Amino acid sequence: MGPLSVNELISENTNLFLAFVIGTAFGFVLESSGFSSSRKLAGVFYGYDMVVLKVFFTGAITAMLGLLFFSLFGWVDLDLVYVNPTYLTSAIVGGIIMGLGFIMGGYCPGTSFCGASIGKIDAMVFIIGLFLGVSLFGAGYDWWEKMYLAKFLGSPKISESLGLSDGVFALLLILVALGMFWAAEWAEKKFPREEY
Amino acid sequence: MGESNNTIKRTKYLNPYLGGVLLGLVLLAANFVSGRGLGASGAIKSGVVTVVTAVNPASVENSGFVKEYRESHTGNPMKTWLVFEMLGVLVGGFISGIFAGRLKLKVEHSPKITSNKRLTLALGGGVLFGFGSQLGRGCTSGSALSGMAVLSLGGFITMMAIFGTAFAFAYFFRKNWI
Repeated sequence: MGPLSVNELISENTNLFLAFVIGTAFGFVLESSGFSSSRKLAGVFYGYDMVVLKVFFTGAITAMLGLLFFSLFGWVDLDLVYVNPTYLTSAIVGGIIMGLGFIMGGYCPGTSFCGASIGKIDAMVFIIGLFLGVSLFGAGYDWWEKMYLAKFLGSPKISESLGLSDGVFALLLILVALGMFWAAEWAEKKFPREEY
Repeated sequence: MGESNNTIKRTKYLNPYLGGVLLGLVLLAANFVSGRGLGASGAIKSGVVTVVTAVNPASVENSGFVKEYRESHTGNPMKTWLVFEMLGVLVGGFISGIFAGRLKLKVEHSPKITSNKRLTLALGGGVLFGFGSQLGRGCTSGSALSGMAVLSLGGFITMMAIFGTAFAFAYFFRKNWI
């Protein structure tokens, strides 16, 4: 059955329309959870507001479990679902540069659109920065192409790499997340502050 | 105490675990409908490729960046899944802002720094995040969150690199936030 568009059960235009609907739900959930506030987002790095950790990991686990169950029930063919490829060098270096951008700018690309949608001027300026950064990458592409393409490992699953089944890995990830949620609740009590 | 309780009430957000479950269901829907996760930086890339191609049509031939994009995408770069999804994010965030009474033009920053400093850092952070998202083939949404949901090894590595680095440098930027 699923994925609907890959199996051509819906047309390309329907797919794009549903992208808009899914994006609307995405933006609504992000804003309702407080992801439109850079000071709330940055709280995760100081312990005074752990909303990022809670929402992010609950979201990842919910979707991961959902996909595993959908696959078990035969509702979605996981072989047709896109698995991000792993280019080891650029995954790490790109992640480090993004991490610096996060603590400096207080947003990531998705949350900056969310902040801009309710009038945060700092989010709008962050988005201008995003366009400049992507353009800079494009302009100097020949210089970092080698690094961009280095250490290609295909599209491995982390469960395969660790020699575990998907289900066992999912269970371990849930246990790790529960531990982090417990630590997050503790941190928020230890570093209290007003709501932004 | 009474007053601060009122303040909290007025800016109340969704319970984060409920928000997380809803976010997960949205991500699950994206995978079920389209066989792909959520994303954000890819829409910016579409915008950049469109502008570059319009300003300099020769870039299709002589820019490795545009060439690489065109090889993996056919048709109009603005008529893509992520562009429509990100337009939705703007609408969805705006609707939530109306309901919560949070629509307001403002620069949000710690009282310890000026608006100008906040905006300068936001611009710099945006440049770094934009650049890094291209190198890392996706940002917190497309690479980390969506990658984790499909158990992508690269997704987990990028997630740890993003949050680990931000955490490691948090001390030097503390005045901007606390």
